[in-house]
Amino acid sequence: MIQFAIEIPYWGQSLLRVLGGLVAVLLPAGTIVYLFLFKMMSFMQSRLGPMEAGPYGSLQLVAEVGKWMQKEDLAPDAADHRIFKMAPLIVLLSTFLLVVIVPFGPDAYFTNFSVGIFLGLAVASVSVLGILIAGWASANKYALLGGLRAAGQLIAYELPMVLAVLGVVIQAGSMNMQEITVAQNTGSWFGLDWFGSPFIVTQFVGFVIFMIAVQAELTQAPFDMPIAESELVSGYMTEYSGFRFLIFFIAEFATAGVFAFIASVLFLGGWGIPFSWFGWDNIDQVPDWMNLVGPLIMFTKMLVLTFIIMWVRFSFPRFREDQLQTFAWKVLIPLALLNTAITAILKVAF
Amino acid sequence: MSVYLREYLTVVWFGVAALAIGGLLLGLAALVRPSKPSYDKGIAYESGVDPVGIGWSQSQIRYYVFALLFVIFDVEAVFLFPWAANVERYGTFGLVVMLVFIVLLLDGLVYAWKRGLLRWV
Repeated sequence: MIQFAIEIPYWGQSLLRVLGGLVAVLLPAGTIVYLFLFKMMSFMQSRLGPMEAGPYGSLQLVAEVGKWMQKEDLAPDAADHRIFKMAPLIVLLSTFLLVVIVPFGPDAYFTNFSVGIFLGLAVASVSVLGILIAGWASANKYALLGGLRAAGQLIAYELPMVLAVLGVVIQAGSMNMQEITVAQNTGSWFGLDWFGSPFIVTQFVGFVIFMIAVQAELTQAPFDMPIAESELVSGYMTEYSGFRFLIFFIAEFATAGVFAFIASVLFLGGWGIPFSWFGWDNIDQVPDWMNLVGPLIMFTKMLVLTFIIMWVRFSFPRFREDQLQTFAWKVLIPLALLNTAITAILKVAF
Repeated sequence: MSVYLREYLTVVWFGVAALAIGGLLLGLAALVRPSKPSYDKGIAYESGVDPVGIGWSQSQIRYYVFALLFVIFDVEAVFLFPWAANVERYGTFGLVVMLVFIVLLLDGLVYAWKRGLLRWV
């Protein structure tokens, strides 16, 4: 444990946490948009992507924010103005509440709740409210249809996600994010101590279900029916312009980053895994410098997972609305329940 | 305030931070962006055609049944979590009880499936 030379007062600690939270939300969002959305997608489509702003277009993000800031903030006359303006902030709120549970090191965490992942699953669904509000308040038929589709999709894919997490909770015997990390670091596979025992090995079905559900929760293709541009213009975002639209956009990719953080804690061993060869089996034995290395490890894992999300997004055609619902209810949920039952039986038997 | 509640206060601070950063950026944008409202800009966008009727038009609430099913499943998932964190403590007894619970859950899904409610018609 870290001993500070001076005791930091509560307001100082909270300020540090909030600043850390800002970095943990906005840095992944910026990286994902530049690296994957601007550059990787361009290379996959045999073009260069942004090249003008800064070396290799690396300042394109700054240029984009500057551009969006100068756009007029329009709202349809018929819209319900007050909640129309609130909706993007609610979606952003959901992202910030979600990052609260992610640990980045033995002492580098925002909160250390005993019910960490449970809280995360609860606040993740706040974004549904924002999207439904946006769709309804716009007073536009495209937006309304998009909002209803989004609500139907988000609740359908929330269940497989919750049930996939259940398998991890059974294996770790805890809902605390730190204890889930420790549970993966203290095991070993085939005598390989440094490898730990990441739950992606034992919970591979759970991992796949979780990632599919994340893809759907983020409304990334092939699950982008709510904003299907060929039939609904832009779904619930149709009437948004200027900076409010950009907030939806930022929140979407920030949430992608945060979900990837959560997935790397649940399935890839969080901040510990490649360094578990130092042979610790208790969180108090972890050296202090892991608080610096931990965030880097988490960031690397986040990039790997968001790479997979974006790769799938750029590769697969869109599901039809009925296929999308059928896939959640008839394939993923029974599979996730079966996974939970088998995990529980094996846990009790061994 | 107890240490326990204080930790949950952090969640509130994060919420406040989200609204603050959103509000700050919107406020900055309000300083630089133009504001020239006109009648045409205020019309709902329907691909260029003048909108027909009002935006809150009637539509089939197809997801109604899904919403009901979701509530049932989500509430049951809440019951599963406390057990899942203590599987070893409750042992075989807890396992059998919860398996019965999961089978009942699946039974509800199978019922909805057989009734044809899982189709997005």
